[in-house]
Amino acid sequence: MAGSPAPDKPALFRDGKRLDGRAPNELRPIKIVAGVLKEADGSAYVEWGGNKLICGVYGPRECIPKHDANPYKALMKCRYTMSPFASLEEHGRSGPNRRSTEISKVIKEAFDSVVMTGEYPKTQIDIYVDVLQADGGTRIAAVAAATVALANAGLPMTDMISGVAVGKADGRMVIDLGKEEDNFGESDMPIAFKHRSKEIVLMQMDGKLTPEEISANIDAAIEGAEKVYAMQAEALRKSYETSVAEEFRM
Amino acid sequence: MGEELRELVLQEIQREMISNMLAQGKRMDERAKDEYRKATVQKGVLTTAEGSALAQIGDSKVLCGVKFGEMAPFPDRPTEGVFMVMAEFLPLASPVFEPGPPSPESIELARVVDRGIRSAEVIDTKGMFIEEGKVLAIFIDLYVMDHGGNLTDTAALAAAAALSDTKVPNVVDGKIVRRDYKGPLNMPDKPLTCTFAKVGDHLLLDPTREEERAAECQLTVGTVDGYVVCMQKSGPGSMKKSEVMECIGIALKKGNELRNLI
Repeated sequence: MAGSPAPDKPALFRDGKRLDGRAPNELRPIKIVAGVLKEADGSAYVEWGGNKLICGVYGPRECIPKHDANPYKALMKCRYTMSPFASLEEHGRSGPNRRSTEISKVIKEAFDSVVMTGEYPKTQIDIYVDVLQADGGTRIAAVAAATVALANAGLPMTDMISGVAVGKADGRMVIDLGKEEDNFGESDMPIAFKHRSKEIVLMQMDGKLTPEEISANIDAAIEGAEKVYAMQAEALRKSYETSVAEEFRM
Repeated sequence: MGEELRELVLQEIQREMISNMLAQGKRMDERAKDEYRKATVQKGVLTTAEGSALAQIGDSKVLCGVKFGEMAPFPDRPTEGVFMVMAEFLPLASPVFEPGPPSPESIELARVVDRGIRSAEVIDTKGMFIEEGKVLAIFIDLYVMDHGGNLTDTAALAAAAALSDTKVPNVVDGKIVRRDYKGPLNMPDKPLTCTFAKVGDHLLLDPTREEERAAECQLTVGTVDGYVVCMQKSGPGSMKKSEVMECIGIALKKGNELRNLI
Protein backbone atom coordinates (compact mmCIF):
# COMPACT_ATOMS: atom_id res chain seq x y z
CA MET A 1 0.00 0.00 0.00
CA ALA A 2 1.04 3.62 -0.45
CA GLY A 3 3.77 5.01 1.74
CA SER A 4 5.07 8.53 2.21
CA PRO A 5 6.51 9.84 -1.04
CA ALA A 6 10.18 9.01 -1.61
CA PRO A 7 12.58 11.73 -2.76
CA ASP A 8 12.72 10.54 -6.39
CA LYS A 9 8.98 10.44 -6.88
CA PRO A 10 8.10 10.53 -10.59
CA ALA A 11 5.18 12.57 -11.94
CA LEU A 12 2.20 10.21 -12.03
CA PHE A 13 0.30 12.18 -14.64
CA ARG A 14 1.52 13.34 -18.04
CA ASP A 15 -0.77 15.39 -20.28
CA GLY A 16 -3.79 14.29 -18.25
CA LYS A 17 -2.92 10.60 -18.72
CA ARG A 18 -1.45 8.14 -16.25
CA LEU A 19 2.04 6.66 -16.67
CA ASP A 20 0.74 3.73 -18.69
CA GLY A 21 -1.53 5.97 -20.75
CA ARG A 22 -4.73 5.17 -18.92
CA ALA A 23 -7.53 7.59 -18.04
CA PRO A 24 -8.17 8.04 -14.27
CA ASN A 25 -11.16 5.68 -14.29
CA GLU A 26 -9.69 3.10 -16.65
CA LEU A 27 -8.81 -0.44 -15.61
CA ARG A 28 -5.72 -2.25 -16.85
CA PRO A 29 -6.25 -5.14 -19.27
CA ILE A 30 -7.53 -8.17 -17.39
CA LYS A 31 -7.50 -11.82 -18.44
CA ILE A 32 -9.19 -14.51 -16.39
CA VAL A 33 -9.20 -18.23 -17.13
CA ALA A 34 -11.15 -20.72 -15.00
CA GLY A 35 -10.15 -24.35 -14.40
CA VAL A 36 -6.44 -24.30 -15.24
CA LEU A 37 -5.23 -26.92 -12.75
CA LYS A 38 -6.01 -30.61 -12.84
CA GLU A 39 -5.47 -31.62 -9.20
CA ALA A 40 -7.23 -28.71 -7.50
CA ASP A 41 -11.00 -28.86 -6.97
CA GLY A 42 -11.24 -25.44 -8.53
CA SER A 43 -8.72 -23.06 -10.04
CA ALA A 44 -8.20 -19.82 -11.90
CA TYR A 45 -5.41 -17.92 -13.58
CA VAL A 46 -5.50 -14.13 -13.65
CA GLU A 47 -3.44 -11.58 -15.50
CA TRP A 48 -4.23 -8.07 -14.38
CA GLY A 49 -1.94 -5.48 -15.90
CA GLY A 50 1.52 -6.87 -15.12
CA ASN A 51 0.18 -9.06 -12.31
CA LYS A 52 0.11 -12.80 -12.85
CA LEU A 53 -1.63 -14.94 -10.25
CA ILE A 54 -2.71 -18.51 -9.95
CA CYS A 55 -5.34 -19.71 -7.51
CA GLY A 56 -6.25 -23.25 -6.48
CA VAL A 57 -9.13 -24.24 -4.20
CA TYR A 58 -9.37 -27.47 -2.23
CA GLY A 59 -12.40 -28.55 -0.26
CA PRO A 60 -14.60 -29.07 1.49
CA ARG A 61 -12.19 -31.56 3.04
CA GLU A 62 -11.28 -32.81 6.49
CA CYS A 63 -10.36 -30.01 8.87
CA ILE A 64 -6.79 -30.20 10.10
CA PRO A 65 -6.01 -29.85 12.95
CA LYS A 66 -9.24 -31.52 13.99
CA HIS A 67 -9.75 -29.37 17.10
CA ASP A 68 -10.12 -26.34 14.82
CA ALA A 69 -13.21 -27.85 13.19
CA ASN A 70 -16.41 -25.87 13.60
CA PRO A 71 -19.48 -28.04 14.26
CA TYR A 72 -21.69 -25.51 12.45
CA LYS A 73 -19.78 -24.70 9.30
CA ALA A 74 -16.74 -25.19 7.13
CA LEU A 75 -13.64 -23.28 8.10
CA MET A 76 -12.45 -20.95 5.33
CA LYS A 77 -8.69 -20.74 5.01
CA CYS A 78 -6.60 -18.65 2.70
CA ARG A 79 -2.91 -18.59 1.98
CA TYR A 80 -1.80 -15.70 -0.16
CA THR A 81 1.89 -15.68 -0.99
CA MET A 82 4.25 -13.83 -3.24
CA SER A 83 6.81 -15.77 -5.25
CA PRO A 84 10.47 -14.88 -4.60
CA PHE A 85 10.73 -13.71 -8.22
CA ALA A 86 7.54 -11.62 -8.20
CA SER A 87 9.09 -8.16 -8.02
CA LEU A 88 11.55 -6.15 -10.07
CA GLU A 89 13.65 -5.58 -6.98
CA GLU A 90 15.77 -8.16 -5.26
CA HIS A 91 14.94 -11.84 -4.74
CA GLY A 92 12.23 -12.13 -2.10
CA ARG A 93 11.80 -14.73 0.55
CA SER A 94 9.28 -17.42 -0.24
CA GLY A 95 6.49 -18.23 2.16
CA PRO A 96 4.28 -16.10 4.34
CA ASN A 97 5.40 -12.83 5.94
CA ARG A 98 3.55 -10.17 7.95
CA ARG A 99 2.11 -8.51 4.87
CA SER A 100 0.90 -11.74 3.29
CA THR A 101 -0.53 -12.95 6.60
CA GLU A 102 -2.70 -9.85 6.82
CA ILE A 103 -3.78 -10.13 3.19
CA SER A 104 -4.62 -13.82 3.64
CA LYS A 105 -6.78 -12.88 6.62
CA VAL A 106 -8.82 -10.21 4.84
CA ILE A 107 -9.30 -12.39 1.74
CA LYS A 108 -10.47 -15.32 3.85
CA GLU A 109 -12.94 -13.09 5.65
CA ALA A 110 -14.29 -11.69 2.39
CA PHE A 111 -15.20 -15.18 1.19
CA ASP A 112 -16.56 -16.20 4.57
CA SER A 113 -19.53 -13.97 3.80
CA VAL A 114 -20.45 -15.54 0.45
CA VAL A 115 -19.43 -19.20 0.52
CA MET A 116 -22.27 -21.22 2.08
CA THR A 117 -20.03 -22.75 4.72
CA GLY A 118 -23.04 -23.91 6.74
CA GLU A 119 -23.51 -26.68 4.18
CA TYR A 120 -20.25 -28.34 5.18
CA PRO A 121 -19.84 -28.51 8.97
CA LYS A 122 -16.53 -29.72 10.45
CA THR A 123 -14.65 -29.34 7.17
CA GLN A 124 -12.26 -26.78 5.75
CA ILE A 125 -12.05 -25.01 2.43
CA ASP A 126 -8.59 -23.88 1.34
CA ILE A 127 -7.92 -20.99 -1.00
CA TYR A 128 -4.32 -20.90 -2.18
CA VAL A 129 -3.31 -17.85 -4.18
CA ASP A 130 0.20 -17.42 -5.45
CA VAL A 131 1.42 -14.20 -6.97
CA LEU A 132 3.83 -15.17 -9.74
CA GLN A 133 4.48 -11.62 -10.85
CA ALA A 134 3.47 -8.46 -9.01
CA ASP A 135 2.54 -5.10 -10.47
CA GLY A 136 0.44 -3.40 -7.78
CA GLY A 137 -3.05 -4.38 -6.69
CA THR A 138 -2.30 -8.06 -6.11
CA ARG A 139 -4.76 -8.52 -3.25
CA ILE A 140 -7.68 -7.42 -5.38
CA ALA A 141 -6.49 -9.58 -8.29
CA ALA A 142 -6.26 -12.44 -5.77
CA VAL A 143 -9.89 -11.85 -4.82
CA ALA A 144 -10.89 -11.95 -8.50
CA ALA A 145 -9.00 -15.23 -8.97
CA ALA A 146 -10.36 -16.81 -5.79
CA THR A 147 -13.99 -16.03 -6.65
CA VAL A 148 -13.63 -17.75 -10.00
CA ALA A 149 -11.71 -20.68 -8.50
CA LEU A 150 -14.36 -21.21 -5.80
CA ALA A 151 -17.13 -21.16 -8.39
CA ASN A 152 -15.04 -23.47 -10.57
CA ALA A 153 -14.84 -25.87 -7.61
CA GLY A 154 -18.62 -25.97 -7.62
CA LEU A 155 -18.91 -24.54 -4.13
CA PRO A 156 -22.27 -22.92 -3.43
CA MET A 157 -21.98 -19.19 -2.94
CA THR A 158 -24.64 -16.57 -2.23
CA ASP A 159 -22.87 -14.09 -4.50
CA MET A 160 -19.71 -13.42 -6.45
CA ILE A 161 -17.05 -11.03 -5.19
CA SER A 162 -15.22 -8.52 -7.30
CA GLY A 163 -13.26 -5.45 -6.47
CA VAL A 164 -10.72 -2.87 -7.43
CA ALA A 165 -8.32 -0.55 -5.67
CA VAL A 166 -9.08 3.16 -5.72
CA GLY A 167 -6.48 5.69 -4.81
CA LYS A 168 -5.06 9.14 -5.12
CA ALA A 169 -2.11 9.93 -7.35
CA ASP A 170 -0.81 13.49 -7.72
CA GLY A 171 -3.99 14.74 -6.06
CA ARG A 172 -6.35 12.98 -8.45
CA MET A 173 -8.59 10.00 -7.91
CA VAL A 174 -7.54 6.96 -9.93
CA ILE A 175 -8.85 3.42 -10.04
CA ASP A 176 -6.82 0.23 -10.30
CA LEU A 177 -3.47 1.60 -9.14
CA GLY A 178 -0.37 0.37 -10.93
CA LYS A 179 2.94 -0.32 -9.20
CA GLU A 180 4.25 3.26 -9.45
CA GLU A 181 0.95 4.75 -8.30
CA ASP A 182 0.90 2.29 -5.43
CA ASN A 183 4.45 3.23 -4.38
CA PHE A 184 4.33 6.97 -4.95
CA GLY A 185 0.62 7.83 -4.73
CA GLU A 186 -0.93 9.52 -1.72
CA SER A 187 -3.56 6.95 -0.91
CA ASP A 188 -4.55 3.37 -1.65
CA MET A 189 -7.94 1.87 -0.87
CA PRO A 190 -8.59 -1.69 -2.03
CA ILE A 191 -12.31 -2.56 -1.91
CA ALA A 192 -14.28 -5.66 -2.87
CA PHE A 193 -18.04 -5.99 -3.06
CA LYS A 194 -20.68 -8.65 -3.23
CA HIS A 195 -21.80 -8.34 -6.80
CA ARG A 196 -25.57 -8.12 -6.32
CA SER A 197 -25.96 -6.21 -3.05
CA LYS A 198 -22.85 -4.01 -3.50
CA GLU A 199 -22.07 -4.62 0.15
CA ILE A 200 -18.42 -4.26 1.08
CA VAL A 201 -16.65 -7.50 2.05
CA LEU A 202 -13.07 -6.25 1.92
CA MET A 203 -11.85 -2.74 2.55
CA GLN A 204 -8.55 -1.30 3.61
CA MET A 205 -7.22 2.19 3.26
CA ASP A 206 -4.14 4.26 3.87
CA GLY A 207 -3.23 7.82 3.01
CA LYS A 208 -5.05 10.93 4.11
CA LEU A 209 -8.58 11.43 2.78
CA THR A 210 -11.67 13.45 3.60
CA PRO A 211 -15.02 11.66 4.07
CA GLU A 212 -16.16 13.15 0.73
CA GLU A 213 -13.18 11.61 -1.06
CA ILE A 214 -13.87 8.23 0.52
CA SER A 215 -17.50 8.39 -0.56
CA ALA A 216 -16.45 9.17 -4.14
CA ASN A 217 -13.86 6.37 -3.99
CA ILE A 218 -16.47 3.80 -3.01
CA ASP A 219 -18.74 4.89 -5.89
CA ALA A 220 -15.87 4.66 -8.37
CA ALA A 221 -14.93 1.24 -7.02
CA ILE A 222 -18.48 -0.06 -7.49
CA GLU A 223 -18.28 1.00 -11.12
CA GLY A 224 -14.87 -0.62 -11.65
CA ALA A 225 -15.83 -3.81 -9.82
CA GLU A 226 -18.80 -4.20 -12.14
CA LYS A 227 -16.42 -4.44 -15.11
CA VAL A 228 -14.29 -7.00 -13.29
CA TYR A 229 -17.39 -9.03 -12.49
CA ALA A 230 -18.30 -9.20 -16.17
CA MET A 231 -14.89 -10.71 -16.93
CA GLN A 232 -15.16 -13.19 -14.05
CA ALA A 233 -18.56 -14.36 -15.25
CA GLU A 234 -17.27 -14.63 -18.82
CA ALA A 235 -14.32 -16.76 -17.67
CA LEU A 236 -16.67 -19.17 -15.91
CA ARG A 237 -18.99 -19.35 -18.88
CA LYS A 238 -16.07 -20.05 -21.19
CA SER A 239 -14.79 -22.86 -18.97
CA TYR A 240 -17.93 -24.82 -19.78
CA GLU A 241 -17.70 -24.14 -23.49
CA THR A 242 -14.10 -24.98 -24.38
CA SER A 243 -11.25 -27.10 -23.23
CA VAL A 244 -9.53 -24.69 -20.90
CA ALA A 245 -6.19 -26.42 -21.20
CA GLU A 246 -5.93 -24.72 -24.56
CA GLU A 247 -6.90 -21.35 -23.08
CA PHE A 248 -4.16 -21.37 -20.48
CA ARG A 249 -1.25 -19.44 -21.91
CA MET A 250 0.88 -17.32 -19.64
CA MET B 1 -14.50 -28.34 27.45
CA GLY B 2 -11.85 -26.95 25.11
CA GLU B 3 -11.49 -23.19 24.96
CA GLU B 4 -12.42 -23.14 21.29
CA LEU B 5 -15.71 -24.93 21.86
CA ARG B 6 -16.43 -22.87 24.97
CA GLU B 7 -15.92 -19.71 22.90
CA LEU B 8 -18.24 -21.05 20.22
CA VAL B 9 -21.09 -21.85 22.60
CA LEU B 10 -20.68 -18.58 24.49
CA GLN B 11 -20.74 -16.77 21.19
CA GLU B 12 -24.11 -18.29 20.26
CA ILE B 13 -25.73 -17.44 23.61
CA GLN B 14 -24.30 -13.96 23.82
CA ARG B 15 -25.15 -13.11 20.24
CA GLU B 16 -28.80 -13.80 20.97
CA MET B 17 -28.76 -11.79 24.20
CA ILE B 18 -27.00 -8.86 22.59
CA SER B 19 -29.34 -8.78 19.58
CA ASN B 20 -32.41 -9.03 21.79
CA MET B 21 -31.25 -6.09 23.88
CA LEU B 22 -30.31 -4.08 20.80
CA ALA B 23 -33.82 -4.63 19.47
CA GLN B 24 -34.94 -2.72 22.56
CA GLY B 25 -32.33 -0.07 21.84
CA LYS B 26 -29.95 -1.13 24.62
CA ARG B 27 -26.37 -2.30 24.95
CA MET B 28 -25.41 -4.80 27.65
CA ASP B 29 -23.55 -2.15 29.63
CA GLU B 30 -26.19 0.53 28.91
CA ARG B 31 -23.91 2.68 26.80
CA ALA B 32 -25.13 4.65 23.83
CA LYS B 33 -24.16 3.05 20.50
CA ASP B 34 -21.58 5.77 19.86
CA GLU B 35 -20.19 5.94 23.38
CA TYR B 36 -16.78 4.81 24.57
CA ARG B 37 -16.22 2.95 27.80
CA LYS B 38 -14.03 4.73 30.35
CA ALA B 39 -10.72 5.40 28.67
CA THR B 40 -7.56 6.36 30.52
CA VAL B 41 -3.98 6.98 29.52
CA GLN B 42 -0.89 7.00 31.72
CA LYS B 43 2.27 8.26 30.09
CA GLY B 44 5.85 7.55 31.10
CA VAL B 45 5.16 4.29 32.91
CA LEU B 46 8.54 2.79 32.01
CA THR B 47 11.99 4.23 32.61
CA THR B 48 13.87 1.82 30.34
CA ALA B 49 12.08 2.85 27.15
CA GLU B 50 12.50 6.21 25.40
CA GLY B 51 8.72 6.58 25.50
CA SER B 52 5.89 4.61 27.05
CA ALA B 53 2.21 4.66 27.90
CA LEU B 54 -0.46 2.42 29.33
CA ALA B 55 -3.87 2.82 27.74
CA GLN B 56 -7.05 1.31 29.08
CA ILE B 57 -10.43 1.28 27.43
CA GLY B 58 -12.95 -0.55 29.58
CA ASP B 59 -11.23 -3.78 30.63
CA SER B 60 -8.71 -3.72 27.80
CA LYS B 61 -5.15 -2.82 28.70
CA VAL B 62 -2.36 -2.16 26.25
CA LEU B 63 1.14 -1.11 27.20
CA CYS B 64 3.26 0.58 24.57
CA GLY B 65 7.03 0.91 24.73
CA VAL B 66 9.02 3.00 22.26
CA LYS B 67 12.69 2.15 21.81
CA PHE B 68 15.29 3.66 19.50
CA GLY B 69 17.86 1.65 17.62
CA GLU B 70 20.32 2.00 14.76
CA MET B 71 19.97 0.07 11.55
CA ALA B 72 20.63 0.06 7.82
CA PRO B 73 18.01 2.05 5.89
CA PHE B 74 15.72 0.48 3.31
CA PRO B 75 17.49 0.51 -0.08
CA ASP B 76 14.76 2.65 -1.73
CA ARG B 77 14.95 5.28 1.04
CA PRO B 78 18.65 5.43 1.96
CA THR B 79 18.44 8.72 3.89
CA GLU B 80 15.27 8.05 5.85
CA GLY B 81 14.87 6.52 9.27
CA VAL B 82 12.47 3.67 9.83
CA PHE B 83 9.80 2.85 12.36
CA MET B 84 7.86 -0.30 12.93
CA VAL B 85 4.89 -1.32 14.99
CA MET B 86 4.67 -4.80 16.49
CA ALA B 87 1.93 -6.24 18.67
CA GLU B 88 2.27 -9.00 21.20
CA PHE B 89 -0.92 -10.71 22.38
CA LEU B 90 0.35 -11.93 25.73
CA PRO B 91 -1.05 -15.33 26.74
CA LEU B 92 -1.95 -13.84 30.13
CA ALA B 93 -4.36 -11.43 28.45
CA SER B 94 -6.99 -13.92 27.37
CA PRO B 95 -7.78 -17.64 27.43
CA VAL B 96 -7.83 -17.54 23.62
CA PHE B 97 -4.27 -16.20 23.31
CA GLU B 98 -1.62 -18.88 23.06
CA PRO B 99 2.15 -18.65 23.25
CA GLY B 100 3.83 -19.01 19.90
CA PRO B 101 4.35 -17.10 16.67
CA PRO B 102 2.23 -13.96 16.13
CA SER B 103 -1.37 -14.69 15.16
CA PRO B 104 -2.94 -13.12 12.06
CA GLU B 105 -5.02 -10.98 14.44
CA SER B 106 -1.97 -9.50 16.16
CA ILE B 107 -0.27 -8.86 12.83
CA GLU B 108 -3.39 -7.15 11.52
CA LEU B 109 -3.69 -4.97 14.62
CA ALA B 110 -0.07 -3.88 14.42
CA ARG B 111 -0.30 -3.13 10.71
CA VAL B 112 -3.48 -1.07 11.07
CA VAL B 113 -1.93 1.01 13.86
CA ASP B 114 1.24 1.30 11.74
CA ARG B 115 -0.71 2.55 8.72
CA GLY B 116 -2.46 5.18 10.84
CA ILE B 117 0.85 6.57 12.10
CA ARG B 118 2.47 6.34 8.66
CA SER B 119 -0.41 7.95 6.75
CA ALA B 120 -0.71 10.77 9.28
CA GLU B 121 3.01 11.45 8.66
CA VAL B 122 3.63 12.20 12.32
CA ILE B 123 7.12 10.73 12.49
CA ASP B 124 9.74 12.75 10.65
CA THR B 125 11.77 9.87 9.21
CA LYS B 126 13.92 12.29 7.18
CA GLY B 127 15.31 13.71 10.41
CA MET B 128 16.50 10.26 11.49
CA PHE B 129 19.55 9.97 9.20
CA ILE B 130 22.79 9.21 11.05
CA GLU B 131 25.40 8.55 8.37
CA GLU B 132 25.77 6.70 5.06
CA GLY B 133 24.20 3.28 5.54
CA LYS B 134 22.94 4.01 9.04
CA VAL B 135 19.69 5.54 10.27
CA LEU B 136 17.70 5.71 13.46
CA ALA B 137 14.93 3.17 13.93
CA ILE B 138 11.94 3.55 16.22
CA PHE B 139 10.44 0.32 17.54
CA ILE B 140 6.88 0.74 18.73
CA ASP B 141 5.89 -2.38 20.66
CA LEU B 142 2.34 -2.95 21.79
CA TYR B 143 1.84 -5.34 24.69
CA VAL B 144 -1.75 -6.48 25.01
CA MET B 145 -2.18 -7.34 28.68
CA ASP B 146 -5.94 -7.72 29.12
CA HIS B 147 -8.47 -8.41 26.38
CA GLY B 148 -11.77 -6.73 27.10
CA GLY B 149 -12.58 -6.06 23.46
CA ASN B 150 -11.55 -3.32 21.05
CA LEU B 151 -7.84 -3.91 21.31
CA THR B 152 -7.17 -1.88 18.18
CA ASP B 153 -8.37 1.44 19.59
CA THR B 154 -6.67 0.74 22.91
CA ALA B 155 -3.43 -0.04 21.08
CA ALA B 156 -3.62 3.03 18.85
CA LEU B 157 -4.24 5.17 21.93
CA ALA B 158 -1.27 3.60 23.72
CA ALA B 159 0.97 4.11 20.66
CA ALA B 160 0.02 7.77 20.15
CA ALA B 161 0.45 8.46 23.87
CA ALA B 162 3.79 6.66 24.05
CA LEU B 163 5.08 8.55 20.99
CA SER B 164 4.03 11.86 22.53
CA ASP B 165 5.99 10.80 25.63
CA THR B 166 9.08 9.87 23.62
CA LYS B 167 12.45 11.56 24.03
CA VAL B 168 14.92 11.39 21.17
CA PRO B 169 18.33 10.12 22.27
CA ASN B 170 21.54 11.88 21.33
CA VAL B 171 23.73 10.27 18.71
CA VAL B 172 27.50 10.60 19.14
CA ASP B 173 29.98 9.10 16.63
CA GLY B 174 27.16 7.25 14.91
CA LYS B 175 25.99 5.61 18.13
CA ILE B 176 22.98 6.21 20.33
CA VAL B 177 23.88 7.43 23.80
CA ARG B 178 21.32 5.87 26.14
CA ARG B 179 19.73 8.09 28.78
CA ASP B 180 21.08 11.21 27.10
CA TYR B 181 18.29 12.98 25.27
CA LYS B 182 18.20 15.63 22.58
CA GLY B 183 14.61 16.54 23.36
CA PRO B 184 11.05 15.35 22.88
CA LEU B 185 9.99 13.63 19.66
CA ASN B 186 8.20 16.23 17.57
CA MET B 187 4.74 14.82 16.91
CA PRO B 188 2.50 17.21 15.01
CA ASP B 189 -0.63 15.09 15.24
CA LYS B 190 -2.04 12.12 17.11
CA PRO B 191 -3.53 9.43 14.88
CA LEU B 192 -6.15 7.35 16.72
CA THR B 193 -8.60 4.72 15.62
CA CYS B 194 -12.30 4.21 16.27
CA THR B 195 -13.60 0.67 15.87
CA PHE B 196 -17.21 -0.32 15.27
CA ALA B 197 -18.81 -3.74 15.53
CA LYS B 198 -21.71 -4.47 13.24
CA VAL B 199 -24.39 -6.49 14.98
CA GLY B 200 -27.46 -6.83 12.77
CA ASP B 201 -28.18 -3.31 11.60
CA HIS B 202 -26.48 -1.77 14.59
CA LEU B 203 -23.08 -0.13 14.58
CA LEU B 204 -21.53 -0.26 18.02
CA LEU B 205 -18.58 1.97 18.80
CA ASP B 206 -15.92 0.50 21.08
CA PRO B 207 -17.25 -3.08 21.22
CA THR B 208 -16.72 -5.18 24.34
CA ARG B 209 -15.33 -8.70 23.99
CA GLU B 210 -18.91 -10.03 24.06
CA GLU B 211 -20.06 -7.59 21.38
CA GLU B 212 -17.09 -8.54 19.22
CA ARG B 213 -18.07 -12.19 19.49
CA ALA B 214 -21.62 -11.33 18.42
CA ALA B 215 -20.53 -9.10 15.54
CA GLU B 216 -20.68 -10.06 11.88
CA CYS B 217 -17.75 -7.81 11.17
CA GLN B 218 -15.90 -4.76 12.39
CA LEU B 219 -14.70 -1.55 10.85
CA THR B 220 -11.73 0.40 12.15
CA VAL B 221 -11.42 4.02 11.08
CA GLY B 222 -8.18 5.86 11.88
CA THR B 223 -8.30 9.64 12.04
CA VAL B 224 -6.42 12.83 12.64
CA ASP B 225 -8.43 16.04 12.95
CA GLY B 226 -10.67 16.26 9.86
CA TYR B 227 -9.08 13.39 7.91
CA VAL B 228 -9.31 9.63 7.71
CA VAL B 229 -5.82 8.09 7.74
CA CYS B 230 -6.58 4.38 7.64
CA MET B 231 -9.46 1.96 7.46
CA GLN B 232 -9.79 -1.75 7.85
CA LYS B 233 -12.82 -3.95 7.58
CA SER B 234 -12.18 -6.99 9.67
CA GLY B 235 -14.02 -10.25 10.19
CA PRO B 236 -16.50 -12.03 7.98
CA GLY B 237 -19.72 -10.28 7.03
CA SER B 238 -20.30 -7.21 4.91
CA MET B 239 -21.09 -3.52 5.25
CA LYS B 240 -23.11 -1.10 3.20
CA LYS B 241 -21.56 2.10 1.94
CA SER B 242 -23.99 4.10 4.12
CA GLU B 243 -22.76 2.20 7.18
CA VAL B 244 -19.13 2.93 6.33
CA MET B 245 -19.91 6.63 5.93
CA GLU B 246 -21.79 6.69 9.25
CA CYS B 247 -18.78 5.12 11.01
CA ILE B 248 -16.46 7.70 9.44
CA GLY B 249 -18.66 10.58 10.66
CA ILE B 250 -18.66 9.27 14.23
CA ALA B 251 -14.95 8.42 14.15
CA LEU B 252 -13.95 11.95 13.13
CA LYS B 253 -15.90 13.35 16.10
CA LYS B 254 -14.95 10.74 18.70
CA GLY B 255 -11.32 10.69 17.59
CA ASN B 256 -10.99 14.32 18.62
CA GLU B 257 -12.52 13.55 22.03
CA LEU B 258 -10.06 10.69 22.58
CA ARG B 259 -7.13 12.89 21.54
CA ASN B 260 -7.86 15.11 24.54
CA LEU B 261 -6.87 12.22 26.81
CA ILE B 262 -3.26 12.34 25.64
